[in-house]
Amino acid sequence: MNRLLLNKIILVLSTLSAVIGISFLFWILATLTYKGVSSLHLSTFTQDLVNGGIRNLLVGQFTMALIASAIAVPIGMFAGIWLREYSNQNKLASVIRNLSDVMMSAPSIVIGVFVYALFVAPFGNYNGFAGVIALTIMMIPIIISTTDNMLALVPKELREAGIALGGSKHTIIVQIIIKAAKVGITTGVLLSFARIIGETAPLLFTSANNQFFTMDLTGQFPSLTVSIYNLATYPDEESRQLAWAASFVLTAIVLIINLTGRYMTRNKK
Amino acid sequence: MSNLIMETKDFSFTYAGVDAPSLKKINLPIEKNKITAMIGPSGCGKSTLLRAMNRIHDLYPGNKYEGEINLFKDGKKENILKLKRENDLIRLRQDVGMIFQKPTPFPMSIYDNVAYGMRLADVKNKSELDDRVEKALQDAAIWKETKDRLHTSALGMSGGQQQRLCIARAVALKPDVLLFDEPTSALDPISTGAIEELIAELKDEVSIVIVTHNMQQASRLSDYTAFMYLGDLIEYDKTDTIFMNPSQKLTEDYITGRFG
Repeated sequence: MNRLLLNKIILVLSTLSAVIGISFLFWILATLTYKGVSSLHLSTFTQDLVNGGIRNLLVGQFTMALIASAIAVPIGMFAGIWLREYSNQNKLASVIRNLSDVMMSAPSIVIGVFVYALFVAPFGNYNGFAGVIALTIMMIPIIISTTDNMLALVPKELREAGIALGGSKHTIIVQIIIKAAKVGITTGVLLSFARIIGETAPLLFTSANNQFFTMDLTGQFPSLTVSIYNLATYPDEESRQLAWAASFVLTAIVLIINLTGRYMTRNKK
Repeated sequence: MSNLIMETKDFSFTYAGVDAPSLKKINLPIEKNKITAMIGPSGCGKSTLLRAMNRIHDLYPGNKYEGEINLFKDGKKENILKLKRENDLIRLRQDVGMIFQKPTPFPMSIYDNVAYGMRLADVKNKSELDDRVEKALQDAAIWKETKDRLHTSALGMSGGQQQRLCIARAVALKPDVLLFDEPTSALDPISTGAIEELIAELKDEVSIVIVTHNMQQASRLSDYTAFMYLGDLIEYDKTDTIFMNPSQKLTEDYITGRFG
């Protein structure tokens, strides 16, 4: 009887906890959708921040995130391939793996400060390159870890089978092993992109923000997330409405990328 | 000892980071166009020996080979332990193919799986590839099941089909020797029967060495049997002799199931 009672108590408690957690999530999403959609207009997407829109912000945010990905994905993938396939799991490999894990959990504001000291302070002005560098630093360890883990899932027999058919090690890695891990690695890349596209702290005092449309990475660069941070604190209603709209758009973007990633993993099985 | 395809001479093998050798001075002949089975309890070194015969151990650094493993090809004798360059090892593996315990289809189409080794060996001519893929699939007794779906993914096949595909893939390279590392231990009895039949048919074209845990399989399939125990080759003889009239007490104890 006691066991049954305990079972019921635990069941009620865990259900309750789940409901509380999920209801907060829905509360946030519902408020965001309600306030966001009601503040959205066509002009939100066609105008720049200076005219009350987010066009330049979206372009700026994506530009920085895409350039960061273009740098971080190859570096991270090659590093991951080296770790898993070429290092023979030696001392250096475990040092790099640990460092990469530490970097992955480093607070993003710390990365922002680091980049500020190296790439902003010496030049005397905020610049888009510094933002790109900060995002790249955030992204590299995630890609390393994903590549490393996904390659680890490929059974060693597949490597041996390739070698036994007369392949050289690098041929087998390129043509078979990476192919076998392709879905996992692609998903990891998507998820890490979703992670950096929503970052504020690394951009706050690296690329800062720009009200105008620009593609000049040597100066202050427009950012959606930094704008949300700024707009939300302004006293006027218009700014706050734009902050809601921008938050909604950002959430939608992150959600879509995440769902695409998850959909890809599920299709694999 | 007239018609050998391979032999090991005082062959010892030590894994990286281990002091004691896993194989101790093994002298084993491999007869041409015959099936040689290697039996023995887990950890006796039979797989280690098999994996030395195509130097697949070299994938992991730090292992130590001693003695000789000779491959007889075109009337010439070559000690494969002397091979150093990657290209020589690649040539060795084209001559000495390997089938693994778990089927290992590559994530590509059935056709590309079979053609893979040939493409690595620089066979580029489309019609030659087509012919050899068909021939290999026929040799592996899987042509009928696959001819209408050559360009679908190999990962959709059943375990037994995948294993026959792996055999086709190895046969397509026209190797001199095929090494089978417990090729049926992950398969159901019907697939096992099909693979055994296939191995028996293949010996006209290729010499076969098979490691197996299954003594019935060894006695059914093989012409010669080697019994290994704790890194030593205890006894090697004609399969009938090993199973009917072994000369070593240890062999008799093992095949009658008194240990192992």
